[in-house]
Amino acid sequence: MKEKEQEEVFTISVLTENKSGLLNAITIIFTRRKMNIEALNVSETEIEGVSRFTIIIQSTFNRAEQVVKQINKLVEVLGSFLYREDEVYYQEIALFKMGTAAFLNNNTIERVVRNNGARILVIERDHIVIEKTGHRDEIRALRKKLEPFGLLEFVRSGRVAISKARRKTHEFLKELEQANYFTSENNYQ
Amino acid sequence: MNNMEKESTLTTMPAINDGARISGSEAVIRALINEGVDTVFGYPGGAIMPIYDEVFKFDEQISHVLTRHEQGAVHAAQGYSRASGKVGVCFATSGPGATNLVTGIADAQVDSTPLVCITGQVPSGLLGSSAFQEIDIIGISMPITKWNFQVTRAEEIPEAIARAFYVARSGRPGPVLIDITKDAQFGLLDFHYAPCQGIRSYKPVPDLDEFRVAEAASLINAAQQPLILAGHGILLSGAEKELLELAEKADIPVACTLLGLSVMPDDHPNYVGMLGMHGNYAPNKLTNECDVLIAIGMRFDDRVTGDLSQYARQAKVIHIEIDPSEIDKNVKADIPVLGDAREVLQALNEKIKPAAHAEWRARFRELEQVEFDKIIYHDTTPTEGQIKMGEVINLVSQQTKGEAVIVSDVGQHQMMTARYYKFNRPDSHITSGGLGTMGFALPAAFGAKLASPNRQVVAVVGDGGVQMTIQELATMVQYHVPVKIIVLNNNFLGMVRQWQQLFFEKRYASTEMVNPAFAEVAKGFGLESKRIAERAGLARAIADMLAWEGPYLLEVAVEKEENIFPMIPSGAAVTDMRLE
Ligand SMILES: Cc1ncc(C[n+]2csc(CCOP(=O)(O)OP(=O)(O)O)c2C)c(N)n1
Repeated sequence: MKEKEQEEVFTISVLTENKSGLLNAITIIFTRRKMNIEALNVSETEIEGVSRFTIIIQSTFNRAEQVVKQINKLVEVLGSFLYREDEVYYQEIALFKMGTAAFLNNNTIERVVRNNGARILVIERDHIVIEKTGHRDEIRALRKKLEPFGLLEFVRSGRVAISKARRKTHEFLKELEQANYFTSENNYQ
Repeated sequence: MNNMEKESTLTTMPAINDGARISGSEAVIRALINEGVDTVFGYPGGAIMPIYDEVFKFDEQISHVLTRHEQGAVHAAQGYSRASGKVGVCFATSGPGATNLVTGIADAQVDSTPLVCITGQVPSGLLGSSAFQEIDIIGISMPITKWNFQVTRAEEIPEAIARAFYVARSGRPGPVLIDITKDAQFGLLDFHYAPCQGIRSYKPVPDLDEFRVAEAASLINAAQQPLILAGHGILLSGAEKELLELAEKADIPVACTLLGLSVMPDDHPNYVGMLGMHGNYAPNKLTNECDVLIAIGMRFDDRVTGDLSQYARQAKVIHIEIDPSEIDKNVKADIPVLGDAREVLQALNEKIKPAAHAEWRARFRELEQVEFDKIIYHDTTPTEGQIKMGEVINLVSQQTKGEAVIVSDVGQHQMMTARYYKFNRPDSHITSGGLGTMGFALPAAFGAKLASPNRQVVAVVGDGGVQMTIQELATMVQYHVPVKIIVLNNNFLGMVRQWQQLFFEKRYASTEMVNPAFAEVAKGFGLESKRIAERAGLARAIADMLAWEGPYLLEVAVEKEENIFPMIPSGAAVTDMRLE
């Protein structure tokens, strides 16, 4: 029987072929286990035709590992990797929409922006948008500070992450291709 | 059996009419012919009619079997595949045709059965518009297929089908669904067919790790009380010979999972019976006394392990498995050995030293005697009271000399069949294990008989399950397929009734059934049939059935409230197996 295990935050990084329906195939692996995806990001990679899903979950190691193995079984998944918090570099991005009035009467807000490593993205007649890139707690802290000035709208992205390991995606792909005696003639667009 | 080996001659055949400009639907049929398919099970409808038009033209090369329900088609394809090792193929139309396949696809996924299911779909321009008979079968089948793909252009067809067969049969086999829009069936393409050789994102068989093999060998060589758990993976990889070699050389007792049955002849001195909830007493009990557990091509299903916290805690576990996601899923492996069972066993056997474990094996015989005296004897050779399921199976086993293909449905009769049929040949036991799908047996037996016309194929079905797919009797008659069907009629959903008796104080909610006269129904369908309720005529009735040249249904009225023992109550430990 599995011992009671600590939950922690994991980053799952999935390299895939570009195929419609894959997002669904990946997410049902979580929903089937009633696991919550805390954040999800899909992007291209440095290699054409290869996408990267970055998935953040809160889970025990055992469960996270099972899920990663299941993702790996999907035919179009090139590789699925599990990282603890200290094994990745990661960032999130947040946008804050503020009323312009707050800035006109007060310059402390500009100081807040500067001191928190944020920047002003847009200035319009009736609103200003502030952008902040960082970890979740930093974004949360900035939000707390901005709220008194009248926060109109707030949005935060999922995490993007890159592993600290030295493996390069294209080397990994090359290994895969060699291991499978894969020839380009049989490639499937 | 080894799929790759069996089908290699077919995949190297030159593609027929390479380079011709043909329709998508013709390409479907040509692709199937290139994959060596000669039998397809299916049911037509609007969205797949262009493909059926080609079925008509190609009926010399491919025979299409019209079942009476799409569930019948997919189960027949499963039976066909499990008896032959080939990929089972079925067709269905869009909407309800496709959804009727779902149960069988799910069944094939859990029981690792290679299938290619081809469904018609509304024209691509109508996708997402709730058009007549449009259903998102790609979305529906995603969690229950190994791979699925929607074709919306004719040119995609050859490659999609090549891939479908490759994925279905390679590695741990499973079902694949290809959904083809009607416009893609009508569209034209230049036909070239190349069987799929590999997909870079998909690694069917993990590389053999010699180091792990050596570790496993030294653990086995040092073992005092080793035990092999043999699963379906051995049959799928064709490793029966290698298993025997390991068991004999190192003198290790072998227990089977439900789907592993028939990997080894029942009368082999190292064979100790079936694992699991209603398996044999000795292998279940002694799982918790062995020092090295060698699990091969099996996945430690909860029906096998019972309470995991009390399962084989004393043993070092070697897990030989093709699917990495099964490692450490339920039981932590001390030595995981990834790979195809046959390949691993070949490497392992070279490093195994001869050993003798006579005393250890004698322990199994002792417990087997206990089970025989308490249960088996009374189940199989009763002299009074109503006919019992076990004695029917015992007679079938004797009369077919353990050489038949036995297809069972789900319930008490399934467990009785697994317990009392003495299998002599591999790939002889076909049942729905992981999903436990009632209604499986009748169509699966039909498919199995088409795959192995020279073997006796006997379906054993309950009165409940037979009524779930009874319409397939018509298919057997139409195609003259001589399946022998035994309906063990207890007028109850027996397995559920047993649980109600044991765990719900005999509150028999909706498990008693007023049944039709099965023998009469069968006659109406055009089968030869008989009903028997007396012990005196039983052996004769079975012999008559087996000797009949066409399909035959034998209804046997059996004891109404018989229970199946031994039993590990759900959630209990293997050592808590009850004899009564
Ligand atoms: C499709 C489906 N529905 C329900 C069940 C639950 N179930 C398992 S065994 C069983 C009873 C089977 O009765 P019968 O076919 O008469 O066989 P018996 O147990 O009496 O031998 C039922 C209802 C199932 N396995 N499959």
